[in-house]
Amino acid sequence: MDFNDSPEEAAFRDQARKWLADNAANHKATTANGRRPNSPEHMAEAKAWQTRKAEAGYACITWPKDWGGGGGTPIQQVIFNQEEAKAGVNYGYFTIGLGMCVPTVMAFADDDTKQRFVGPAVRGEEIWCQLFSEPAGGSDVAAARTRAVKDGDEWVINGQKVWTTGAQYSDFGILLVRTDPDVPKHKGLTMFWIDMHDPAVEVRPIHQMSGGSEFNEVYFTDLRVKDSQRLGGVGDGWKVALVTLMNERLAVGGASGPDYKVVMDLARQLGSLKDSQLRDKIADWYVASEGLKLTRFRTMTALSRGQTPGPESSIGKIIAANQMQDMANTSMELEDQFGIINDAAVAPLEAAFQQSLMWAPGLRIAGGTDEILKNIIAERVLGLPGDVRVDKDVAFKDMPTGR
Amino acid sequence: MNFDYSDDQKFLKDEARKFLDARCSTAVVRGVLDNADRSYDETLWKGVAEQGWLGTAIPEEHGGLGLGHVELCAIAEELGRAVAPIPFASTVYFLAEALMLAGSDEQKAKWLPKIAAGEVIGCFATSEGPGPVTPASVQARVEGGKLSGTKIPVTDGDIADVAVVLANEGGRAGLFLVELAGVKREVLKTLDPTRSVAKITFEGTPAERLGPAGEGFALTEAVFDRAAVLLAFEQVGGADRCLEMAKEYAMGRYAFGRVIAGYQAIKHKLADMYVKNEVARSNAYYGAWALNTNAPELPVAASAARIAGSEAYWFASKENIQTHGGMGFTWDVDAHLFYRRSRQLALVAGAPKVWKERLVGQLERRNAA
Repeated sequence: MDFNDSPEEAAFRDQARKWLADNAANHKATTANGRRPNSPEHMAEAKAWQTRKAEAGYACITWPKDWGGGGGTPIQQVIFNQEEAKAGVNYGYFTIGLGMCVPTVMAFADDDTKQRFVGPAVRGEEIWCQLFSEPAGGSDVAAARTRAVKDGDEWVINGQKVWTTGAQYSDFGILLVRTDPDVPKHKGLTMFWIDMHDPAVEVRPIHQMSGGSEFNEVYFTDLRVKDSQRLGGVGDGWKVALVTLMNERLAVGGASGPDYKVVMDLARQLGSLKDSQLRDKIADWYVASEGLKLTRFRTMTALSRGQTPGPESSIGKIIAANQMQDMANTSMELEDQFGIINDAAVAPLEAAFQQSLMWAPGLRIAGGTDEILKNIIAERVLGLPGDVRVDKDVAFKDMPTGR
Repeated sequence: MNFDYSDDQKFLKDEARKFLDARCSTAVVRGVLDNADRSYDETLWKGVAEQGWLGTAIPEEHGGLGLGHVELCAIAEELGRAVAPIPFASTVYFLAEALMLAGSDEQKAKWLPKIAAGEVIGCFATSEGPGPVTPASVQARVEGGKLSGTKIPVTDGDIADVAVVLANEGGRAGLFLVELAGVKREVLKTLDPTRSVAKITFEGTPAERLGPAGEGFALTEAVFDRAAVLLAFEQVGGADRCLEMAKEYAMGRYAFGRVIAGYQAIKHKLADMYVKNEVARSNAYYGAWALNTNAPELPVAASAARIAGSEAYWFASKENIQTHGGMGFTWDVDAHLFYRRSRQLALVAGAPKVWKERLVGQLERRNAA
């Protein structure tokens, strides 16, 4: 056991580091205190960075060179991600598009469509979003109600999506819609790619409980798309969606925000670091977050040996999100009455713990709720049976809907 | 990145599992559990010695196999999974590690070959009463090379040939090697009868120092660090077996017209076990790396491995019983063997609570540095 790169990996890391040192000097993905500005200037900078990466073969390292990728290995992608994060230039705008949407386009679109879209996405010229979740279908994505009706060579789409990350700055999206409500729900879905700039598409930011608006609602009012924009067969939308979702666990990142060291610093300043209950918690947080980091090393080891990583990575978000919530709450209690202050100018650490407390509920839900992730571990990792299904043989239109 | 067993280590682990499947069924474990006169399974102990496992990490010059500690960890994982009723930990993780850490050339040459050959059983004697071992709790004394005092509990103390004892000499704590022939020993009733426990009363027993004078507590901590990593692998092995047992039972048990494994209350319980077991495994691997390379990170890595291993095994062993329902509460179902062993492993090298305090103390120093 060791943590060293193999000679080939070390050579690649060296080469990536040198390239980053030569090219990343004028770039910075976050401000000094770790915030992403989300401004048009920031976006322009991110796009320029992505283009530069693509020219050097560092965008989509595992994709074939013919498609603008680097023709490299998964372990090289992981190594580059690490070095890019160290250099502070992982902008994040392209993760969903390149991690989930464009692979779906590559798997299901015709050659012309692929030629049109893959290159610009790799170079960061066009950004993609994923339009799956709906008000009536979050964990149950296949319950989508957004309706597409065939009209000649076109489809007319009406309905609403929700929790769409990046819809406000995306150029294209992949959209899961219901094309046949008379068959059971998984069988009546179809996938399309759409132009997010179409006037029939309206993006409204969601005012989240955290105060921010990273996610959006997207409304479709008589949006007309060509049948040639279909990805996969009519009624095959669920199969296509599964290909997209397989990549989601890799695309949704872990928790950011203060770690156990920051709690220790705060406790030291406040004179409560000797509190034995707090020390117990610090030990637990350390063990869990180290466990997570080390589990990633095991995943890397599998990649490094040319194996497909096991299911270890599925535990990450459950641990990280819950720990973030617990750390934030504990730290606010350390601040005592002062803990309620959410004013960055007054609260310790620019109110970082108060912000994590308000962000953590979202992280426990996004990209698979704690409960869905536990089902995934139980069914796909441990091989336990799926739930009893009451919706398999019922026409979608006859399913009870509730609120 | 190479953070897993190698192919050779996996092979060794597979062979160990095959051996233990054949030689250490739970019927063998119960043979010790159900017979108050037996402290361990002598046949299995002989078999393990013949396999060379006792000398896995002992250098070849001292009769061992001269492999690394990762190999020993792989064997520990399998012994934990099998709830092996033998004094392996006392002899290998404590006695042999203490000798390799602090022994003189003479002491190593005298004892290590005997350990590797399965000719001696060891034990590690620090506790004298309820509560953590501290300078104030140690009353045992060595004067003129003779040890007096009482150690309780000492795992495998009743069957051991030689003990490593924490005692004061001239007001300073040290570790001492003590041969136990003729020493007064009393077997105690224990929660995990598959690992025996004794009270040892020393009355002027000849004792020779192991390691420098005055370093008793530092050496005890160093031995505990090494043992903690190896014990963590036993914990991971046991916890994984509990998850398997819970799954096997839930897949075959029907209630309300379907297998209980399909109920989310059970699925989420088992998913929680899986998450804890993976955290424990990853921390144990880091401990193995630190132990094998004698890295300065060993105290922190060992603490984390011990805390995570103790938590995972406790959770998996108690929730395995819960998953089995009423059957799980019977003597005949094996679930309680693991529940008992989870407590034995969590307490034998100091309780997780003490390790948490130790870990945070180390993190404080590290962050201050």
